[in-house]
Amino acid sequence: MIPELGHYALILALGLALIQGTMPIVGTRSNDVALMSMAAPAALAQFFFVAMAFGALAYCYVTSDFSVVNVYENSNSQMPLIYRFASVWGNHEGSMMLWVSILTFFGALVALFGTNLPLVLKANALAVQAWIAAAFHLFILITSNPFLRIADAPLEGQDLNPILQDPGLAFHPPMLYLGYVGFSIAFSFAIAALIEGRIDAAWARWVRPWVLGAWMCLTLGIAGGSYWAYYELGWGGFWFWDPVENASLMPWLAGTALLHSAVVMEKRGALKVWTILLAILAFSLSLIGTFLVRSGVLTSVHAFATDPARGVFILAILIIFIGGALALFAWRAPLLRQGGLFSPISREGALVFNNLFLTTACATVLVGTLYPLALQALTGDKISVGPPFFDATFGPLFIPLTLAMPFGPLLGWKRGDILGAAQRLLVAAILAGLGIVAAFALEHGGPVLAPFGVGIAVFVMIGAVIDIAERTMIMRVPFHAALQRALGLPRSAWGTAFAHFGIGMTLLGIVSVTAWGVERIVEVKPGETLEISHYRATFNGLFQRPGPNYRDVVGLFTIHRASGEYLGNMEPSRRTFPSRDEVTTEAALMTRGFSQLYLSLGDPGKDGSVAVRLYYKPHVLMIWFGAGFMFIGGALSLSDRRLRVGAPRPAKVKLAAAAQPAE
Amino acid sequence: MKTSDIRRVAIKYLQAAMLVVALSPAAWAVEPNEMLSDPALEARARALSQGLRCLVCQNESIDDSGASLAHDIRVLVRERIKAGDTDQQVLDFLVSRYGEFVLLKPPLSWHTVALWGLPPGVLLIGIVVMIVMARRRAELPPAQALSAAEEARVEDLLRGQGMP
Repeated sequence: MIPELGHYALILALGLALIQGTMPIVGTRSNDVALMSMAAPAALAQFFFVAMAFGALAYCYVTSDFSVVNVYENSNSQMPLIYRFASVWGNHEGSMMLWVSILTFFGALVALFGTNLPLVLKANALAVQAWIAAAFHLFILITSNPFLRIADAPLEGQDLNPILQDPGLAFHPPMLYLGYVGFSIAFSFAIAALIEGRIDAAWARWVRPWVLGAWMCLTLGIAGGSYWAYYELGWGGFWFWDPVENASLMPWLAGTALLHSAVVMEKRGALKVWTILLAILAFSLSLIGTFLVRSGVLTSVHAFATDPARGVFILAILIIFIGGALALFAWRAPLLRQGGLFSPISREGALVFNNLFLTTACATVLVGTLYPLALQALTGDKISVGPPFFDATFGPLFIPLTLAMPFGPLLGWKRGDILGAAQRLLVAAILAGLGIVAAFALEHGGPVLAPFGVGIAVFVMIGAVIDIAERTMIMRVPFHAALQRALGLPRSAWGTAFAHFGIGMTLLGIVSVTAWGVERIVEVKPGETLEISHYRATFNGLFQRPGPNYRDVVGLFTIHRASGEYLGNMEPSRRTFPSRDEVTTEAALMTRGFSQLYLSLGDPGKDGSVAVRLYYKPHVLMIWFGAGFMFIGGALSLSDRRLRVGAPRPAKVKLAAAAQPAE
Repeated sequence: MKTSDIRRVAIKYLQAAMLVVALSPAAWAVEPNEMLSDPALEARARALSQGLRCLVCQNESIDDSGASLAHDIRVLVRERIKAGDTDQQVLDFLVSRYGEFVLLKPPLSWHTVALWGLPPGVLLIGIVVMIVMARRRAELPPAQALSAAEEARVEDLLRGQGMP
């Protein structure tokens, strides 16, 4: 009964989406306020029914209703509750349900909190949102229905893929989807602006919180996925330039560019057309990401959505939405008036520079990801584009970008003083120089360029600190006065500083772990000791340990400092899941400051020996702490007063709505 | 393909929240017993391995992959190195055997020109567009100052709104 209710609710949601996608548009054309006002309640009702469908599916999973095919194939009654719930999105059908749930959730938020939006803009934006939702509802109902039943319900499910039985599953996909789908709001507003043919600085102010929120979630989602891979893989890799990773990186790059260009548009009324284009691109790339993974086009061998009907359907969605949006853009964008003069050396100029490099980086990732597919389709030639390509192309693009980063916030709007900015960054440059010297002195081996990477990272981090120091005048006024100024700074200034600091931190982590990480791959017998960096790991033997739905073979290692001080135990294991007869490796991590010791087990030998991989990962945690700083920066910016109350008050909005599109 | 290497692939799917139904026994990349005893030669083998694709995996190098084919190629690379091949000779040998598909960094040729040319191309186009736009902006007539009558009207309006 419950799954059928879910199915029915989803069909109702489709109906509501169709109404929400048409009536408000008719209303804006015929200037019918009643029709336009339908958008908000329709969006709320649509979310209600999608949430109901999602809830029904979640109920089937939590109660282990194996009469539902989807539950039978992806769950097991022995799993802990958290995994039974998270398995909802641990498969194709369920993850699409999560996708539409988030999409309609955002639609409902716009309906609920967008009370100060001009009626026409709101009606158009919610209508566009409904088109996207309708397409995905149809996709689920026609090709990926999660509510199908089995005639004779089995007693036990097939279990979730052991690799997914990790807290990461509960966190990573929802965060990533919040990011992907969050950009749909910017997309809908962009399309709405194009339909209406008018746009102003207030548009940027309405859209910016959504972009910020989506960007924050995407940042955390990517970082979380990266950390999950790091500890789950057994060798501590954190980024692989894999097509599926690239699929999440591209919207992030476009979204970061959008975040910055929207600032210019909001403050100075410039870059309007460009901002609209970026809003379209950011969501288009999210859709492409969905397509790349969902259609199975990337991997002919082991794609998990090999059903061609799905691929064709998603391709159709892609062509209609991206093609349609770009066509509309080409047609309507010339109507949007540009404004705001600025000299090349100015805050605007710096943000344009940022956009130039971020979009180029994004284009690089896109071409690197799709080129092999396109080449094979066109000529039949098979080539591989892997990490060495991205290191050679993406890396160099980030050097000017990060070097310019500290200058941006120090330049004035309209016309900036680059010499003045350089002067103020002198301290950062000196410290960066010291960082380079220290890296050369302290570290041996690794690429010659690595210390310069450290230098850039230090420059960015100190640059962010200087930005705040300059604004608070901490060196020039008494401390309490500086504190007053610090409290009075706009939160968005703090946000910028935090996010930029985080970029520097992540960079520092990446450089040090790739350049100076140490690896030992050996076979050890009980009693043997391995030396790595300043640490010693002694192997004490293997023992068994049962878990709820698995069995562990644990290797016990004691860790000492080279000086002999005891630091603790590490217990990497090999985990066997009887339900699927599969084995995973569970690495053990020991954190020392920002650095980690990383230990994973291979096959046990006959004589009690075992193959181990032991790594010393210097400053590796900075990679994810940096992402944390970026997230906090976004949150600070989001809490800025301007974004909370800055948009025009309802009284004025009515005037704006009554005025017909002028341009 | 063997189930032993789907583990890595599966994780990658995860990273974009796209969840795989795949089997995943814990398999490993480089095993202790396949490594060369000479550290210098082994280091060369590792460096080469990182640029070679495990042919049955999704964009994964043989250095990272636990697939049995990756194992075979790793052993092959080490055999060639021990036999005295230079790095280039090892690569040439593998390309002759498996095609350019095995190289993770595609060499510049007629069919990869667009690939390698695009990043600098986009950057150049972007710079040109920026310059053109900046020029065009500079040529726009400056905003006209308000006439005395308009100033007075603004004053009137502001007073009407109850502002000073």
